[in-house]
Amino acid sequence: MTHPPDTGPAPVLALKGVSKSFGAVRALRDVSLELLPGEVHALAGENGAGKSTLIKTLAGVHRPDAGQVLLDGEPVVFHGPGDARDAGVAVIYQEPTLFPDLSIAENIFMGRQPRRALGRIDHKATRAATAALMERLGVGLDPDRPARGLSIADQQIVEIAKALSFDARVLIMDEPTAALTGSEVARLFGVVHALRAQGAAVLFVSHRLEEIFRICQKVTTLRDGARIACEALAGMTEDDLVRRMVGRELAELYPERRARAGEVALGVRRLTREGVFTDVSFEVRCGEIVGLAGLVGAGRTEVARAVFGVDRWDAGEVEVAGRRLPRGAPSAAMAAGVALVPEDRRAQGLVMDLSVERNIGLTGLRTTARAGLMNRGAERSRSLDWAVRLQVKYARIADAVSTLSGGNQQKVVLAKWLATGPKVLIVDEPTRGIDVGTKAEVHRLLAELAAGGVAVLMISSDLPEILGMADRVLVMHEGRISAEIPRADATEESVLAAATGRAAA
Amino acid sequence: MPESLTRAIRWDTVVGALLLVLLLLSSGLVDGFGNALNLSFLIGNTLPIALIALPMTLLVVAGEIDLSVASTAGLSGAVMGRLWNEGMAIETIIPLCLLLGVVCGLVNGLLVTRLGLPSLAVTIGTLAAYRGVAQIVLGADAVTDFPSQYLDFAAGRLGDSFLPRAFPPFLVLLVIAVVVLHATPFGRSLFAVGAGEEAARFAGIRVKRTKLLLFVATGLMSALTGIFWALHYASARYDNATGLELSVVAAVLLGGIDFDGGRGTLGGAIAGVFLLGALQNVMSLRDVSAQSQIVVTGVLLVLSVLGPRVARQIAVLRARSSG
Repeated sequence: MTHPPDTGPAPVLALKGVSKSFGAVRALRDVSLELLPGEVHALAGENGAGKSTLIKTLAGVHRPDAGQVLLDGEPVVFHGPGDARDAGVAVIYQEPTLFPDLSIAENIFMGRQPRRALGRIDHKATRAATAALMERLGVGLDPDRPARGLSIADQQIVEIAKALSFDARVLIMDEPTAALTGSEVARLFGVVHALRAQGAAVLFVSHRLEEIFRICQKVTTLRDGARIACEALAGMTEDDLVRRMVGRELAELYPERRARAGEVALGVRRLTREGVFTDVSFEVRCGEIVGLAGLVGAGRTEVARAVFGVDRWDAGEVEVAGRRLPRGAPSAAMAAGVALVPEDRRAQGLVMDLSVERNIGLTGLRTTARAGLMNRGAERSRSLDWAVRLQVKYARIADAVSTLSGGNQQKVVLAKWLATGPKVLIVDEPTRGIDVGTKAEVHRLLAELAAGGVAVLMISSDLPEILGMADRVLVMHEGRISAEIPRADATEESVLAAATGRAAA
Repeated sequence: MPESLTRAIRWDTVVGALLLVLLLLSSGLVDGFGNALNLSFLIGNTLPIALIALPMTLLVVAGEIDLSVASTAGLSGAVMGRLWNEGMAIETIIPLCLLLGVVCGLVNGLLVTRLGLPSLAVTIGTLAAYRGVAQIVLGADAVTDFPSQYLDFAAGRLGDSFLPRAFPPFLVLLVIAVVVLHATPFGRSLFAVGAGEEAARFAGIRVKRTKLLLFVATGLMSALTGIFWALHYASARYDNATGLELSVVAAVLLGGIDFDGGRGTLGGAIAGVFLLGALQNVMSLRDVSAQSQIVVTGVLLVLSVLGPRVARQIAVLRARSSG
């Protein structure tokens, strides 16, 4: 519609020198960002770089410890998401949250429907307003359709329409394409173009670099909570962007290792779970640490769950030490010597209300029992032994694990599984959310286990961790193994290239 | 605070103490309470609650519940009466009724574990369904002419003592249940399932199979209770044991079994059962109407959900102020 004057438009929403810490973690350090009307601005960075914190600061979920949020050049303080919305800032999340039993129109105007006399809801006006919004977005969704059964892509459109109905001038899209198909992405981008033409400022977050280049004009790159660069995308290459995202020195907290790979301990062949992962084949040998890298949602965790038997697979086979595992049977996997330290420590790794002793004991119920009865002495000494070996810090071993710190909880999960004497150890994000010191301990432990002949499969979104620990790196992209990179050739660039689906550099 | 003290204020100990106090006070203050005959009535009338409370405790610890138990008991009694009228031998009838209980439990268990339905909803449904079948089977008849040696076993007492003849077999079942819940890997896994089902699954525990087994055990014990009930009161009717599920659930929760699963002891549950039984007995002796007794049971149910939480909260506060 209107073109900005030559002096350049003023930013609608901006951050100036914003810092935010959570405990000891500095999520954002002195970050500035300007969102201009009619511009689509990309936010790039690895997992944990601070993107979510930045979005939540703009959306009024977090308040900055230092620095300012500026709306039309004036400092504002958002006391909550409601404030931000009233100021015209809307966030579209990856997974929209609509009321499934209400119609599209009712969802959009929930709680503020046009009224007729006596406060009755004016359904006709609601429908008409919704139809007008859909027209503006260039999408033909029926206002009367219930939200249940809409695809994620359609639900996002509804969320965007809702944002427009609030006269949103700033639209923040947090990985909106993660769950969309190609044609749905194209339609979404059409909507973004329409919004841009109408003068909205858009902040776009995506792990898919080609999308950033397709619809954004400018990119801000975050790394470890700090702004690395803010520049025009014209003239940049994907490799430039990747370098800015990852270009850090490898920290030296990784133990020296010399791999002596032995027999194949875990063999996965053509494993497929429909719609989740496809044709996944790999081997892990005794004494080897194999890294499994990829973006969140690439299917890494799902493969691990299937191998361990928590989920079923549809096709393919899993062998441990040459013997095939039945599908969907964790107890059989355990008996064969497989251990899984799951991704979600609080829900999957531990029973939070049970004691340290009982949690570690959970994997040894059958082995410590005598004549079918619990042997409490054996259970306690097994638990104590492993808690001490891993230097878990607790007041009493009978205390609930919920009273422990995150790092110590993770050690309890490791203790619980190491106590089974596994041949194959799968660890999923083994150091997520734990402090640097404990992280180094976990790395040393994994290295020792491998040196002792255990086959380790390590899933991690922490690239330096993958590069620092793994003898080989498997990379998954959209449910398939997209690359297998030997240690010598593994760099952040090569792994990220495979993870984002580009041909290996 | 020393560990012994923390343990002493555990809710199940509180319930045990309350039971003792009630027994002592009642034998001193309530006429007709302390004699052997009344005590044998008290225990005999409480046995149906106690029998079903055994598997129900395990089920609630594992995070599920079965409200169809009284209807299963009623159905089992009705089938027993019908088959007896048809002339079948009681030695054949009893195993058939137990098998029926297994089937009832299996239906509940499969609906919960295979279809993923909430047990509260499923068993409210089967509560109605099983009772309906019972009425179809027996109509308005009351069958009373069971063989006398069976009636004597279910209603008589051991000599002149206060113990019913059915009490020793109950003790055996109680010991089995205590051992299963508190001394076997299976029992240990129930606490994990109740407190963190997903983590239990990730530790290789077969959660669905475990729950199915518990529903079957509950159905079996409910059917056994139905047989006992019909013999104890010498009357098999389709509406036998109506409302018993309320007493069982109230007693189990009163005994400190957490409704959300993962917490409690069988000792506490049994103390809860007999506390409730003793209260009902005292109320009957004092001519409190049956309706009022149900009100008391209902209030107890609410208090018993509240009580353990308050007790835990106090323990936490004390631990904090001393630590």
